[in-house]
Order: sequence, then structure tokens, then C-alpha cells
Amino acid sequence: MAVDGLDIEIEEKTIHSVIGPNGAGKTTFFNCITGFYKPEAGEIFLENHSLVGLMPDRIVRLGIARTYQNIRLFPDLTAIENVLVGMHAHLKSSYLGIILNTPFVKREEQEAEDEANRLLKFVNLETKANMLSKHLPYGDQRRLEIARALATRPKLLCLDEPTAGMNSGETQAMCDFIQSLRDDLGITIMLIEHQMRVVMGISEIITVLDYGKKLAEGTPDEIKRNPKVIEAYLGQGSAAQSH
Amino acid sequence: MEQIRAIWRYGIKVGIIGGIVLVLMALIGMIEVFTQRQVIADIISMGHALYLAAGLFICYMAAKRTTPAKPLWIISNSIFAGLTTAFFLVLLIILGRNVNLRMMFINASDLLLNNLLTFGVEGNSGILLLLYVGMFTGLITGCFYLLPKIVRTVILWSLAGSAFAGVLQELIRPILTNNFPDAISEWLLTSDGLTMRGALSIFIFIALAIISWSIKGAGIKQGWQGLPKKQQSTWRTIGTIILLAIILVAPWRLGLFMSEVMTIVGLYVLLGLGLNIVVGYAGLLDLGYVAFFAIGAYVTALITSPEIMNLNWSLWAAIPFAIFFGILAGVLLGVPVLKMRGDYLAIATMGFGEIIRLLVLSDALRPFLGGSQGIGKIAKAQVLGFVFKGPQEIYYLIIAGCILVIFVSWRLKDSRIGRAWKAMREDEDVAQAMGINLVSNKLLAFGTGAGFAALSGVIFGSKIGSIYPHSFNIMVSINIVCLIIFGGIGSIPGVIVGAAALIGLPELLREFAEYRFLVYGIALVVMMLIRPEGLWPEEAHKRELHKGNAKEAPG
Repeated sequence: MAVDGLDIEIEEKTIHSVIGPNGAGKTTFFNCITGFYKPEAGEIFLENHSLVGLMPDRIVRLGIARTYQNIRLFPDLTAIENVLVGMHAHLKSSYLGIILNTPFVKREEQEAEDEANRLLKFVNLETKANMLSKHLPYGDQRRLEIARALATRPKLLCLDEPTAGMNSGETQAMCDFIQSLRDDLGITIMLIEHQMRVVMGISEIITVLDYGKKLAEGTPDEIKRNPKVIEAYLGQGSAAQSH
Repeated sequence: MEQIRAIWRYGIKVGIIGGIVLVLMALIGMIEVFTQRQVIADIISMGHALYLAAGLFICYMAAKRTTPAKPLWIISNSIFAGLTTAFFLVLLIILGRNVNLRMMFINASDLLLNNLLTFGVEGNSGILLLLYVGMFTGLITGCFYLLPKIVRTVILWSLAGSAFAGVLQELIRPILTNNFPDAISEWLLTSDGLTMRGALSIFIFIALAIISWSIKGAGIKQGWQGLPKKQQSTWRTIGTIILLAIILVAPWRLGLFMSEVMTIVGLYVLLGLGLNIVVGYAGLLDLGYVAFFAIGAYVTALITSPEIMNLNWSLWAAIPFAIFFGILAGVLLGVPVLKMRGDYLAIATMGFGEIIRLLVLSDALRPFLGGSQGIGKIAKAQVLGFVFKGPQEIYYLIIAGCILVIFVSWRLKDSRIGRAWKAMREDEDVAQAMGINLVSNKLLAFGTGAGFAALSGVIFGSKIGSIYPHSFNIMVSINIVCLIIFGGIGSIPGVIVGAAALIGLPELLREFAEYRFLVYGIALVVMMLIRPEGLWPEEAHKRELHKGNAKEAPG
């Protein structure tokens, strides 16, 4: 059992991190929220909607978007196409409308393209809109994945190790970017992260998982001082950081 | 020492492979069958052209592989490759004299071994000649390899052009005789193959065309890009109109045989575009696609034929029903296979295709579907007394169908639905996490593809007049998958090019019929090795359009 008896509440417009040693069940927790896994027991609510048993495409329409630990873009689509796919749920063109190219479809496509370009600009990829996403450098791919998630107009954005594989400069830029998502767009952020510096730097609340159970929860300062956490996690922290 | 070995080792290595390939080509009867067609009348047959072309290719490969790439080394390796290849053929001939090869290889005839392989010279002098030819081929290829690239390109394309013109006389003859003064076709063609002067003229013509394009081409391209947008679109419209006009008059200018070939290609274009939506856009490998083609044809037969149901409706009335049932079948097939991916999906759909074929073949359903007797007397389409009966008339139905289907594919391609399909193709889980409903979008893809196939089935049924279960076997599905891959998966022009190459060419070259699948196999393997994206890929378009961006790409 990867996650067991977990009870987390995420406040609106916070940056909430979930940390824990490898195999603690962080990604499993994400997969439960976004509908990839169905929990055997328990409830998940977004505002007042129950999410348990809904398919991922329903959940994303309700306002939860995610990125992946190992980037999962659509490699043979261009950057802008990736973002446009993210907007799919909000577009309403019908099959027949598309074939007849009605004025509604034309207008909607134009608006979608404008919004996609805006999002690309927001993540500094406006000049690479027509490149295939597999040809983008690593950092660009990370940001494009976030832009694609933003295109679904989420209330809650789940980022799975957004700084994995980045050097310190890139990591800092990503931290600033995540903060601007919350400050400028008002999106609640849930973050899985390994790098303690990132977690302590930007989160308001941290939940520590260990063996699928909640070990501790609190502000960064509280977590830093919590003896259980130090024993279970930060004790191995130096090892985790150096990898 | 290493240096000296380089003089022969590459040649012998490549020559061994080449020798085996040529021996096999001879033993399966390809060379003998193809000698019946003349490329240049009384000078060289297609079999010999193929035989020599293979030899040239082998020597060229040897030259290309040679390191160090010094002239002497290259030429000697090339000669060794030619000699080794010839040596294998000599072994075959000697073996054939002493052992009866026909016990195992029914095509290893005396004529082949003692005449065709040795260029018509019999006996031991033939063997000697073969070795000489091998050596000279090597020598010529080696020297050819040392020429500057532009010269090589010109010679290669001009030679290929002349050979092609010779091989495709059936295509060229009606174009010339129906549209140009007789003098031209007399200059170029005999009743069997090109004339020598004709071959030379074509060679020179192509060479001049390539040379002038390489001098002027860049300037023309720049001039075109320099034109204002509006003028460009005007010219494009004019081009489209001319193209359409050519397409419309084509059957009457090209004659019956070519019209027949074009209708067959057209039917496969319809089928290919439908499957392109399922396989190319949505990434769902459907090997039972022929089932929808069959359903379209059978619904048409039941509605319009006096046999079985005796409804005798017109073909126009049958079209909506056929398409409706095709789409319905597509959706019904889609439901059980929704959760399947990749190989599993391919097997399940293949089973579906076979089920449909076995159903129409079965005795139990014979009173309703005609069993192995099929259904005959399918109606022809009529408009105000004009009957679409022969290939030249049916052609217009097919063109109309193709235009409709191309139009629908093109509109869908870059729409919300087309993007959803492509996203599913790339990564189904992530597509779902982006809010794409997999069920409805997959069913839409299956339904659209099936509808196109059913339309193709209607025209097919009306074209041949009576349908039988064996017209709808699995090879049709496989042909369509092959032509899509060959043309460039997910690309609309790719489907057209693929259908013309894989369906049209074998129709023009009847001798190929026997080796059709061998040639398919080779063509696909070669394609995957040297141009895996297909003849006319979709992506190249993009790269063309956004050259500036693509250059930044590291990969």
C-alpha cells in the first residue's frame, strides 16, 4: 500500500509542498488526486466536488492540472499545439462545425491561438511556438509542460519535481516562476520536490510523507525543527540532495 | 599491409552480398519475367536493365564504403565488387549445367542460365563475357563515383528517367498519341520499348532540366518568396485550376486502360485517407479496416441490386445508407477495443475484419448476403441520363469522393478534434489528463475512417457491378497500411503519393504482379532505412514553413 490514511487539506492560493524520502508515496498521492489511480478507500474533494472515481479528463475540467516527474509532452507536436491540446476542454467546436468552418469555429480557433501565444509568452517560449516539442531544450520543455497545464485553466496545479535535473541558476528561475504563478495568476500550487532549498524557500505549508503516511505538517520553520522529520528524512537529506 | 588489403576487401565483402542477391533474383524468376518487356527496343530489356542496375548499385556501395577514399582504392574495390558478383552468377550457371536446379527452383530454366544471365551469348564464352561485364561495371562505377556530385546527380537522374520512361510505356504512349503530333511518339517509342534516339533524347532533356534548375532554381525560389502575398495566392489559385482541369480531362486523354488504373488508385486514396485518420492521426493501428469497405459495398449491393432484397433503389439512395452503416460498424467495433493499445488493438481489429469476411462468405447467411456467389447487378450511378458505367465515367465519382474526403481530412487535421487525436497518438494517458475524452474521440476517429471506407465501398461495388467475399480479404487492409507508411504517416499528400506508387505502379507493370509483395517488402525496408518519415511527410512541410526555427533545434 503506497498511500495509507493520508489526510491533507490544501488552502486556496497557497504553495503547498509534499516531501518525503524516495518511495514515500508522493507521486502515488498525485496520481490519486488527478484520477490516474482510484483509491480503495477515502474521499478527495475539490471545493465541494468529490473526485473519487472520476476519470482524469473530468478532473482536469474541474480544475486540477498536473505536470510529470519525467516530462511527458506530446513530442511530435509543436510547442503551440501542445498548449492548444491543453485548452481542449474549454473549446466547444463541434465536428460538423469544424468541417463547415463556421464563423464560430473560426473565431474560437483564433481566440485559442491568441491565448496559447499569450501562455507561451508567459513561459518565455513565444519565439519557439512552431518548434516540435521534442526539439526543445530541457528547461524549455519543463516550462512548456507548465504552460500546457495552465492552458487547462486550473485552480490547483500539481507540479511533480519541476526542478529535477536543473542546475542552481535554472532552479532559482523555476522557483521565481512558480511563485509568479501563484502571485500573478492566483493558482493554488501543490509541489513535490526533492531539493530542500526549493521547498523551504517557496512553500507556505509542507507535508512530510513517509511510507504512505503523514509524518508531519506545518510551515517550513516548524518542519525544520520537527524531530520526527529530522530523523526520518532530513537525516538522509544530504544524501538525497547530492543525487 | 592494412592499406593493401583495402584494395580488395570492401569490394569482396559487398560483392558477396550483391552476388547472393542477384542469384536469388535470378532463381525466383524475376529477371526472366522482366526480360519480356523492352526498355529500349531490341537493345535492352527490363530484366537486363534491372540486372545491370543491381550490379551498378553493388559496385557503387563498394566504392562508397572504401576507406581510405583514394581514387585507386575506390576503383579497384568497385572492380572487385563487380567481379565477385559476376563470380557468384558464374557459379550458378556452372551449377545449373551439372545439377538439375529445377527440382527446387522451378524458375531456373536453361534459357535463364545459359542465355539471359550471359547477355545472350551461350556456352563458355558467355561465362567469360559475364566476368568481363562484371569487371567493366565495376570500372565504370568506380570512375563514376569519382566524378563531382552535380555530374553524378545529373547522370543518375537522367538514366533513371530514361529507364522509367521505357518501363512505363503504357502510361506514356496514350499521353503522347492522344495529345501530341504523331511525330513525337514515333521519335520516342516503338511498339515495344523506347527507340535508341528516344532514350537519348529523354536522357538529354532531363539532364538539361536538372542543370538549368541547379543554375536558376535558387533565383526562381527567391523570386517566388519575394512576390507579395496576394500575388502568390493568385498564382496558387491559377495553379489549382490548371491542375483540376488536367485531372478532369485526364480519363479522355489517357484512354481506357489508364482510366482503369486511376480509378483503382483513387479507390485506394479514399481508403487510405480514411485509415490515415485512424492510424495516422489517432494512432490506432486498425488492421481490419477492409471490413468497413466491405460493409459499404454490401449495403450498396443489397439496396440497389435486384438480387436478394430486390429493392432496386438508385445508387444515390444507397450512399447515405452505406455510409451510415459503415460509421455504425466503426463505432461498434470501437467500443470493445477502447481499452486496447498497439499490438493488441491490431490483432483485435484484424479479427474483426476476418469476422466480417467470414460472415459474408458463410452458408448460413447465404440467403441474405449471397455467400461465395456474391451479389451481382449493382446499380450504376446516373445523373440526368448520364450513366457512370465505364472506368472513364466512374473516375469522376471517385474524384468527387476524393475531393470530399481530402476536404474533410484537411479541415479536421488542425482543429480541436484533430489535435485531440494527435495528442492521443502521442501519449494517451497525458491526453486524458489534458481533458480529452478518450472514448468519444476514439469513436469519432473510428467512425470517420469507417465512413470514408464505406464511401469507397459504394463506388467499388458500383464500379465492378458484382461483389464477392474474396475481394475483401486482409491483404486489402495491409496494402492500405503499407501505402500510408510509404507515403508518410499522417500526411494527406503522402496517401496520394503512396497509393500511386504502391497501387498504381504494379497495375502499370503487370509483370510485377507476381512479385508485388516482395517489392512491397523491399520498398518498405529500404524506405524505413533511408527515409523513415515517408515519401511526402507532414513534418517536412512544417520544417519548410518554419525553416528559421528548425535550425535552432539541436536534434
